[in-house]
Amino acid sequence: MHRRHQADPPPYDEMYTADGRVRPPYSVYAGWLTREPEDALRQKRAEADSLFHRVGITFAVYGEEDGNERLIPFDIVPRILSADEWRRLAAGLRQRVKALNAFIADIYHGHEILRAGIISPEQIICNPQYRPEMQGLDVPGGIYAHIAGIDVVRAGQGEFYVLEDNLRVPSGVSYMLEDRKMMMRLFPELFALNRVAPVEHYPDRLLENLRSAAPAGVADPVVVVLTPGAHNSAYFEHAFLAQQMGVELVEGADLFVRDGFVFMRTTRGPQRVDVVYRRIDDDFLDPLVFRSDSALGVPGLMSAYRAGRVTVANAIGTGIADDKSIYPYVPDMVRFYLGEEPLLANVPTRVLRRPDDLAYTLAHLDELVVKEVHGAGGYGMLVGPTASAAEREDFRLRILAAPEKYIAQPTLALSTCPTFVEQGIAPRHIDLRPFVLSGKDVSIVPGGLTRVALRAGSLVVNSSQGGGTKDTWVLED
Amino acid sequence: MLSRTADHVYWLGRYAERAENLARTLDVQYRLSLLPGQSPAEGIGWARALSILRLNSQYTARFGEDYETHRVIDFLAFDRENASSILNCLRAARENARAVRGTISSEMWETFNSTWLEARATAPSRFTARNVAEFIEWVKYRAHLARGVVLGSMLRDEGYHFMQMGTFLERADGVARLLRIRLACEATAPTGEPVTHDYLPWTVLLRALSAYEIFRRVSRDQVTPLHVVEFCAFRPDVPRSLLRSAALVFDNLGSVANTQSAETQRRAGVLHSMLRFGTLGALGAGGADAFLEDVMARAWDLNDRIGRDFLGHVVPG
Repeated sequence: MHRRHQADPPPYDEMYTADGRVRPPYSVYAGWLTREPEDALRQKRAEADSLFHRVGITFAVYGEEDGNERLIPFDIVPRILSADEWRRLAAGLRQRVKALNAFIADIYHGHEILRAGIISPEQIICNPQYRPEMQGLDVPGGIYAHIAGIDVVRAGQGEFYVLEDNLRVPSGVSYMLEDRKMMMRLFPELFALNRVAPVEHYPDRLLENLRSAAPAGVADPVVVVLTPGAHNSAYFEHAFLAQQMGVELVEGADLFVRDGFVFMRTTRGPQRVDVVYRRIDDDFLDPLVFRSDSALGVPGLMSAYRAGRVTVANAIGTGIADDKSIYPYVPDMVRFYLGEEPLLANVPTRVLRRPDDLAYTLAHLDELVVKEVHGAGGYGMLVGPTASAAEREDFRLRILAAPEKYIAQPTLALSTCPTFVEQGIAPRHIDLRPFVLSGKDVSIVPGGLTRVALRAGSLVVNSSQGGGTKDTWVLED
Repeated sequence: MLSRTADHVYWLGRYAERAENLARTLDVQYRLSLLPGQSPAEGIGWARALSILRLNSQYTARFGEDYETHRVIDFLAFDRENASSILNCLRAARENARAVRGTISSEMWETFNSTWLEARATAPSRFTARNVAEFIEWVKYRAHLARGVVLGSMLRDEGYHFMQMGTFLERADGVARLLRIRLACEATAPTGEPVTHDYLPWTVLLRALSAYEIFRRVSRDQVTPLHVVEFCAFRPDVPRSLLRSAALVFDNLGSVANTQSAETQRRAGVLHSMLRFGTLGALGAGGADAFLEDVMARAWDLNDRIGRDFLGHVVPG
């Protein structure tokens, strides 16, 4: 949405150094790319588009005629990480997600972190993401965020920063898997030239993880994927994961609660369900407890959950840990719960409830991005460098009226990666969402989903705003 | 299997088969409309066809009594407002496949999806009422392809059985309708009185059912209405015969039987026996229509009972 200033140094490019040398992980690929004629690339891209259409790897667009699902543009140039880069990143992700799970457990039990004065109680109690229904409830293994999608960017000299933690119903993993499948189909020779770590086992890991989260004493747990239905924008992913795991894809109406247990309606009568991998937000899960107008949920699910007769993954109430107002405290959580220094940095964030951060921000509004803590999708956001004086003045007044509602961050120059666009190969900004599974231990398949902003200069990678995806390679030693 | 999943695969089978049956029905009527000397009967033929397809009132509400061939073909094949047009059946098959894409094989989903995408993209331009024969061939070809994909890639679990039941109940219904349309057209030939049966329309019908060569090979009978109806009803070895459809419904139903389905199985057995041991000899061509109507009614009764016993449909009343 916002463009960088012309005077800024060029952003970190994933493939080339500032003086034009190829970075080591790309050495084999870059050589191949320069030899490959552009026509051949164009043809491969067209082939990819037609395959994605036929396979129906699409997202539904609300209000359009049925069958009009759109493709998320797929870029044929992969994003490549070295084994060493990945080791460092993965260690940081593991640490971070462990701390986040410990934080959620603490928030719904003893409130140690509040009593230690690191986070003030009203930031939790007054937060709409805090679910009092979860207070004091023990969940299997103490795991809340079984599946986490951590958005990571690179800036400066290539340092990694966490931009956002997604701990509710993170999506995108199906694109990670389909992008790999597509690359192997289009360019098998590249996989002979490069030792790319596999990602195909993600569904097995996920199933194992979900089964291990079943209520205690269930010998052979039945797992289901709960979807809002075929009209949901992420329906492809829900169906894909259910199919890959070999479990039922259910809608709310397929489930019911009887005698405290959850059942699904089958052609042979009711069948017990032990683990619900839900892809529905908390608010819609159980009309008896949350939004009563929800037709997507299962009446009584929450009572079965509270009685420990079914596991809901991710747990209810994880939103308290991925809220923008809580994000600035994640490094402190790592120190507090794990006694370690954080391996992965946050984007330096100023919390405007603190007077000195507030003063600094008001003095530097033209340099900073100011975000409303409960805003989403770019609403309630000021991009200082591109905003007009009037917009900045308007925001200054809004901040002064309620500083606790805002955080401020520097405008980051996201790294770029060469991308095949209409004009040929050109650098475009990217991010990365690795998927972290927490169960008996924490596991991450190497890589994740790389999203790319296809418009020149754009920093917006969201699929709803013209973002695309790339296959993400982690090279093996 | 989830009842909702079974419901979707069942209707996937039904809609895919319905599109094919409609294409075959259209094939017969269209070819006959091209025959010399048929033009006075054209309107009557289409009106009969539409009424046996239960679409006549919808048609006349929109177009009056104008049964011009191209208009009717457009309505049956491409019309987006006609929920039963071939195009909409392909769409409905695809939507049902999409709802259970995690349960059926990826190849199946891709086949139904690409059929619909191609139909939607090309029906208004490449295919029109002017070259409907090409469209009919295309629909039949895609149906053959889908059938092969189902046979070659689908797990033989309950989903397969429900899809088979949907397919063969729909086929029995569609073939019975096609025969009844033909009989009805015979009964109201241009002169207004029963005519000596021309073998030609029945040959066209056999060809449209991919059964002309089989008829020639296994039957020494002449191509007469009675012989063709008997052939299409009672042969156990003809792919689109009523008996074969009823036998497959009965078999597949047996594979999914549950605690409440005994009566449904019994009724499927009755339908099967009717066709297995029946003859038309005593009924004559006049009784054939009543016989076929009875087969259709029984097929619909089975449809309702399957919905109730397995698919989570609410019992009316």
